[in-house]
Amino acid sequence: MSRKTGGNFKDLLFERTTGAFAFLVLFLAVLLFAVLLRESLPALRKFGGSFLVTGTWDPVLEKFGALPFIYGTIVSSFLAILIAVPLSVGAAIFINEYAPPWMKTPVSFLAELLAAIPSVIYGLWGIFVLVPVLRDVFMKPVAKYLGWIPLFKGPVYGPSMLAAGVLLSIMIIPFILSVSREVLATIPQRQKEAVLSLGGTRWEMIRIVIGQHCIPGIFGATILGLGRALGETMAVTMVIGNRPEAILSLFQPGYSMAAVIANEFTEAVGDVYLSSLVLIGLILFVMTLAVNLAAKWILTKMVARASRGI
Amino acid sequence: MKKFYGVLAGVVAMFAAVSFASAADPLTINGAGATFPYPLYSKWFYEYSNAHPGVRFNYQSIGSGGGIKQITAGTVNFGATDAPMTEEGMKKLPGAILHIPTALGAVVPVYNLDGVPAGLKLTSDILAGIYLGKITRWNDPKIAELNKTVTMPNADIVVAHRSDGSGTTDIFTNYLTTVNIDWRAKVGRGPSVNWPVGIGGKGNEGVAGVVKQTPGAIGYVELAYAKQNKMKVASLRNKEGHFVAPTLEATSAAAAGMAKSMPDDFRVSLVDAPGKESWPISGLTWILVYKDQADAARGKAIVQFLKWAIRDGQKMEAALDYAALPKPVVEKVDKALKQISFKGKSLY
Repeated sequence: MSRKTGGNFKDLLFERTTGAFAFLVLFLAVLLFAVLLRESLPALRKFGGSFLVTGTWDPVLEKFGALPFIYGTIVSSFLAILIAVPLSVGAAIFINEYAPPWMKTPVSFLAELLAAIPSVIYGLWGIFVLVPVLRDVFMKPVAKYLGWIPLFKGPVYGPSMLAAGVLLSIMIIPFILSVSREVLATIPQRQKEAVLSLGGTRWEMIRIVIGQHCIPGIFGATILGLGRALGETMAVTMVIGNRPEAILSLFQPGYSMAAVIANEFTEAVGDVYLSSLVLIGLILFVMTLAVNLAAKWILTKMVARASRGI
Repeated sequence: MKKFYGVLAGVVAMFAAVSFASAADPLTINGAGATFPYPLYSKWFYEYSNAHPGVRFNYQSIGSGGGIKQITAGTVNFGATDAPMTEEGMKKLPGAILHIPTALGAVVPVYNLDGVPAGLKLTSDILAGIYLGKITRWNDPKIAELNKTVTMPNADIVVAHRSDGSGTTDIFTNYLTTVNIDWRAKVGRGPSVNWPVGIGGKGNEGVAGVVKQTPGAIGYVELAYAKQNKMKVASLRNKEGHFVAPTLEATSAAAAGMAKSMPDDFRVSLVDAPGKESWPISGLTWILVYKDQADAARGKAIVQFLKWAIRDGQKMEAALDYAALPKPVVEKVDKALKQISFKGKSLY
């Protein structure tokens, strides 16, 4: 109450009301966690910590373990980041620094339009276009010549961890691209000109200035994309192959946490079964939370270092 | 401008609420459950409400498991399921429940093989072998021997199954469990199971997508879905040793084959049914209603509707690719409907 509300009742009312809204959001998150925890108790009691490291998912015998789903979520999401970050950052640099003015708006508009496509459409496109093309053009030849590498081992079906990763990368490109562009736009014109005036080439200008300025922002953009990839359900389940096995090969089908919940929740009869699915939800919740907190922490460090560097 | 849209949205919402309230005036029967009969039920509700304007239906196709949960909790007036309730599940119910069969469904193996036309002959052991991962190539001698008129390609079999829990999977795995000892020991039956091999597709469309897009793939979908999408379907050898193609008639034949041994509570599986013409992977779908209704008017309306459904309703099944209940079964169901009562008085 130390703030200068000046005894004005309206001010006080406004402060309290908006404060209540803020707490409501927090309260919802806590409530969500509590409900997930309560509903997952039967599974937690039955399986305990072994739930995290067990690879069996047998609804008939009611034996459940989340390892293949955790693995699938992490691998497909990181694969997506691996593909999407260089692409979107590169595209952002081109649009901001090189593209002629008539090109900037349409290109960035179209790229950002990708974000508006519903994920089920991505999934359908994945089944009917991406998976067959990926299978015939990329996976088959690679499996033929590089099949001895564990990452590309085994028969080629089409629906696979790789397909999920590629599809996810397309889905998160608009997010990373548009945030990266915003970040690049914050570079002071003077700094760019300073580098150029010292005889630097355009490439050197980009390398130096971006290295100085933009890494934290791009990192933030990446986390935004990662967050979306971790939770994506519909599109992933349509192309990942839905096989609860943690296999190193990217050409083999896998499964993700969000996908198994969406797939099996409606027909999950039996307390342990249902509770195991909720427990997977809880793990996903904690995982996203952890990723975001870690990102926040790294970001603070980066920003501190970047500002020290200038 | 934004403000204007906000006001507009408010007005629209208000009108929607008003019209909704007046639409709720007739008796509304709430139901929830199986997705498989949903197209049929929608048609039924529409036709029935047109003929009987005093009754309206609200059906949520949330899946059989959800339907059982909701009728157990008493949040709906009727449930719908593709798999009969278990003894254990029925113990949790507040009162006795009736399984009323409404339609028949069939699950059919579909495949994508260049040069092999529809009608590939399979047996239960081959199908189980494929889904167990024991038969992995299309030119396996067991398959080739049955299909001498075609040259079976030397290609890998890609197995596709449902990834979402579903009544279709329940019927399919029930069949494999019934006919194959290995399958029973290793996998068992259920709306979702621990598949030994294969790729999971979400929904009929997901499995169909995998099969259509993958040369050498085999999967299973509902008969209606296979027909409407003109997929290649396999013929299966039934209990009496005849190869039958999956048709509505062959599905009804399976129910007719079981009619004599149909238990009074209708909780029966139609897989591997006797009869020369019977399609072996058939199943019933049921509406679940409590024997003792809590509300006389609602109970009466439900009974009237069910009476209509097993008579006039059956004529609409074929057009939507459902197989109709055979006559002896209809007669038996009709008797069962007389058990539905309010305070001890039959509502029939």
